[in-house]
Formats: sequence, C-alpha cells, structure tokens
Amino acid sequence: MSITIYVPCDSSAVSLGADRVATAIVQEAAKRGIDIKLVRNGSRGMYWLEPLVEVATDKGRVAYGPVQPGDVSGLFDADFTQGGAHALGLGLTEELDYFKKQQRLTFARIGKTDPVSLTDYIDNDGYRGLKNALAMTQEQIVQAVTDSGLRGRGGAAFPTGIKWKTVLNTASLQKYIICNADEGDSGTFSDRMVMEGDPFVLIEGMTIAGLAVDATQGYIYLRIEYPHAFEVLNAAIATAYKEGYLGDNIQGSGLTFNLEVRLGAGAYVCGEETSLMESLEGKRGLVRFKPPLPAISGLFGQPTVVNNVISLASVPVILDKGGDYYRDFGMGRSRGTLPVQLAGNIKRPGLVELGFGLTLRELLYDFGGGAASGRPIRAVQVGGPLGAYLPESQFDTPLDYEAFAAIWAVVGHGGIVVFDDTVNMAEMARYSMEFCKIESCGKCTPCRIGSTRGVEVMDDIINGRNLDKNIPLLRDLCDTLLNGSLCALGGMTPYPVLSALNHFPEDFGINAKASAA
Amino acid sequence: MTESGSTQPTVQEIIAALKDKPGALLPILHGIQDAMGYIPAENVPDIAAALSLSRAEVHGVISFYHYFRDTPPGKQTIHLCRAESCQAMGGKQLEEHVKSKLGIDFHETTADGKFSLEPVYCLGNCACSPAMQIGKEIYGRVSEDSFDAVINNTEASA
Repeated sequence: MSITIYVPCDSSAVSLGADRVATAIVQEAAKRGIDIKLVRNGSRGMYWLEPLVEVATDKGRVAYGPVQPGDVSGLFDADFTQGGAHALGLGLTEELDYFKKQQRLTFARIGKTDPVSLTDYIDNDGYRGLKNALAMTQEQIVQAVTDSGLRGRGGAAFPTGIKWKTVLNTASLQKYIICNADEGDSGTFSDRMVMEGDPFVLIEGMTIAGLAVDATQGYIYLRIEYPHAFEVLNAAIATAYKEGYLGDNIQGSGLTFNLEVRLGAGAYVCGEETSLMESLEGKRGLVRFKPPLPAISGLFGQPTVVNNVISLASVPVILDKGGDYYRDFGMGRSRGTLPVQLAGNIKRPGLVELGFGLTLRELLYDFGGGAASGRPIRAVQVGGPLGAYLPESQFDTPLDYEAFAAIWAVVGHGGIVVFDDTVNMAEMARYSMEFCKIESCGKCTPCRIGSTRGVEVMDDIINGRNLDKNIPLLRDLCDTLLNGSLCALGGMTPYPVLSALNHFPEDFGINAKASAA
Repeated sequence: MTESGSTQPTVQEIIAALKDKPGALLPILHGIQDAMGYIPAENVPDIAAALSLSRAEVHGVISFYHYFRDTPPGKQTIHLCRAESCQAMGGKQLEEHVKSKLGIDFHETTADGKFSLEPVYCLGNCACSPAMQIGKEIYGRVSEDSFDAVINNTEASA
C-alpha cells in the first residue's frame, strides 16, 4: 500500500524550498522503489519548522522539519516513510505543543487536507454549514451569525450579523458579497493561509452570505501580491461550479450564487472597503464618504456585504455547529476565536488560533519563544502598519478588542510584529508617516499633506533639530490626521507614531517627562 | 488571432475579451501588463474607447496603482519587501545590499535590462522575513548571501 507524504504548497513553505523538497522526495522514492502518494497540503502554521514534511502512520501523522532537499536521502535512510527516527523528527504533528494548545475552528482543516480537493473538504466537515443554511430562512441564517458574536476580523470589528441584516433588509434587484482579501498589513498572513490552504471554506462562507442576504454575485478582491492564492482560489472555484456548489442551482436548491476573483494592483488603501469598491468598479481607489453605508449603497450603488476573509471563513463552522458554539469561545464582547499571526523578530513565528483573551506575553513567549535574535523584545506592533507599538509594560494586556482600545491600541487583523532592542522607534515612526505618504489615496488633505509634513518633521526630530518646537508640532499634526482624515489610513497613522513617541521618548531625543507635555 | 503562434494575446484581443465585464478596467490593465510587461501609452486611447472613458480617466487609474507600469520592465522584476516585519529582521540592511549589488535604486532597471527593482509593502511572508518576490517566485528568510545566489542563478538561466 502506498504511503502518504505531505509537503505544504503554502507560499511561505514554498519560499523556504518546499517545492524542491517535494520533487526530491518523489525522485528518491522512485529510485528506491517505494510507493508513495504525495499530497501538497496547506501549512500547519508553524513556520520555523517549514518546510514541514509529514508522513501518515498508524499512530497519526509524523512530522519532520525543517527539511531541505539535501536532507531527503537521509530521511529515507532513516525509514521516515514508516515514521523512523531522524534528527529532524518532531513526533506526531498534532501533539506538538504549539499546535495542540490551539483552538482551531476557522483553521480546522488547514494543513491537514489537500486544499483543492473537494472530497477532502467534504470528508473533513466541509459544506455542512451550507447544508444547514439551505434548510433555514434568511432571517435564521443572519440570526445565527448575530448570535455567534462574530465581529469583522479585517480590523474594524463591526458585528457581522448586523451588517448582513442591513443588507437583507435593503430591497434591491441586485446585491453583492465582497470578500476583502487585500490583506496588506505587515505581520499578517492568515487570509493568505486560508485562501491557499482551505479555499472551499471561503467559498462556502461567501455562498452562505449570498443566500442569507439575497446576493447572487460575489467578488473576492485579492491583492496582486498573492499569486499562489489566486491560482488555488480559481482552481477551487472551478471545481465548486462543476460540482454544483456555485452557479444557478446550488445543490439543487434553485438558488444562485456566482463568484469571481478580481486582482488589486498594489494599493494598500484598497483594503479600505469603499476604496476597494471603487477599484472593483474600475476606478482609482479613492475613499468614499460614508454614509451611505456599503450595506445600503455599495458596489455599483447596490447593497453590498463587505467582509474580510477570516470573517467569511468563520461562517461555515458557525452554521455547522451553531452560533452558541462559536460564541462560547473568547472573552467579554470579543467572541469566538482569533487567528493570531506572530511575525518579525520571533523565534517561533506562525499562526495561533485561540479564543480571545490570551495575553500578549503568553503569545510572545509561550508560543513565540522570544525574539529570534535572542535579544530582549523591546516593542511589538499589533494590528498592522496602523496599529500602536506596545512596550514590555503592556504585554499583559489580553487580546480583546475592548482591552486594546483601553490602552489606545488595536487588535486589527491580529498580526503581531516583534522587534528586539536594536530597533530605533523614531525611525519606525518616520516609516509610519512615509508609508501613509506612499499609500494615501489623496482624497483628503490631512492624510495627503499631513503624511508628507509628518516625514519632514520626523526627519527634523531624528536629526535633533529644534525638538522643543518639533515634538509639539508632531503631536499637533497627529491630532489633525486623527480627527480630520476620511478613513483609517490617515486616521490611524498617529497610532504607531504617537505610541512610539509616548512609550519610547528616548529614541526621539527627549526624556519621558518632556514627552508628556 | 496571433499568426506567429505566440501564446500571448494581443492588446485588442484582451480588450475585446474583457470589456463587457462589470468594472472591466482593472482586469483589462492586468491582462495587458501580463502580456506585455507594462501598459504602453499608445494603448490608452483604445482602452478608453472600449470602455467609454476619457484617456485621462484611464491614465489616472494606471498611475494610481503602484503595480501598473507604463515603461517596459527588466527581464525580471524583483519586489523587495520594505514593511515592518521585514525591517524587524534586517530588511533595511538587505535593501542596501540589494541596491548596491544591482547598482540601482527602487523603480529603476539595471543598464543591461536584466532586473527591475520595486518596493513592495508586504508579501504575506512575514513569518519568514525578510522576503522578496521575483516573478511569481517568493523567497523567505533572505540573506545577503542567499540574495546573491538567487541573482546569480537567475542570471545564469536567463
């Protein structure tokens, strides 16, 4: 009987040589006359171990990693196809601490299955949510999502059920579901992992959303920087059409949902929902004024649900197991699980899905193992380029939308970028302004002009010029951006800038007392 | 239809195939850039006419998006990540090395036309920083040495 060997097709694993490892395994097996079946799975999310090779055994899947092509013949010598001992052997994958301690709901299948196999998907609880949804009224579907407490995982944390309800209650001949897959935040990759590792869960979530609100057309707005995700999504969508999970008669129900992937073109601001819709309509990605809300007048002026990948990918498990099941994870008003992404200077980077409530310290040290450089962690940026920098004194903050808001920080899309003590926080503040300058859509003055002035002021500060005047000027400028910008790009750039200034004033050439002025 | 047997469709074919999609402009621009490597200025009037837009509107869209270019790129385009996660892992030093190795700055192409260098703000490879992309290939944990090796290999196979 052939032995099943798993080598991830996830683009991060590929970026570390997974394709070459897969080729080497196939060649070596052929050379030795060993019958193997190679499966390209998603990543388990333990990236310091990638490329992570797994072998199916009687006891479960056994892991080896990180494997390079040069290790392959040694692995065969050690009889790894039978789970044999080897220096790279890690034991049973699902017994690895990092993995075992997680609560994987949205990521339940990722790393286990072949992403483009519909059979694998269905054999592993896929399309059970849709099956239930097809037997429910639209109001019941929306109620289940509302009951789950799911809030938008893209960063804004708006209750998903309320958004859906607004679209359901807005009459129109054409409505749309948009999946915001413009995951541009540095330190985030959970959307990418879903699209590359379990595309059907996103397709199922969007289909349920479409049925719930009467939308017959869906678009996945995918960033151009994710070419692997584009291929996997298109392959899965083609299969879903073929097998009656998309199209004009979904599973014989007579209901219609069509889905298409559209590519962005390298504009960070298009992750903002109104800018995204402008882009989908074929225009410059200029932010729109709100109101009207997209739920009332969105894409092509029609009622539109715009949800992040993780929000939509969490819908199938909610419809499968019930809103209560999902809601029972988490804390306070942050219900369910959050796929946290550990990135930057950290020993064990990767994906950790857990109910809300874990502290940063637990994530950074228990899971992450501290800085990769072995030096002390000095700062972490949570929530992408518009998220605050947090010092060690705030590491006991639980991951919870409200707890973060209370310390003037954001959970955002759940990305955590770690910096060791070699970081210069004034340089990071300058970068935040520069990023805003590069990515500003230009529609509102505070963001367009303010970011340019911000870079200039930061240059003066970094060069120690006239700090008595320039530090207050920077604060004043941030106040304008914060209160006068049209969207979160200008409106939140002050989060990293001011948090860097407030928590690390010494990097700005001033002492803590002066900065509080 | 192309008579040369080339697999790349012509600009007119791309426009004709995509112009009736809702919000067709970005798909058309992607189609042209995929085929040509850039969006030639001489094609702007055709695109505008097909979509009943002004040339200024089409130009405005091309210039808004960082990814679209109106000049031919080098044989290979290197997208080097400048974002925070990569900075936390030595991305700035790598950026200096890349620029000096290639002898160009961002948005430039080497004199021999082999490489163009573009900044990118996150490749989603933040668990393996610093990261870069050459063509559709993504590279993680890039060091100065591994960058040189990749470039030398690419040059050798070019």
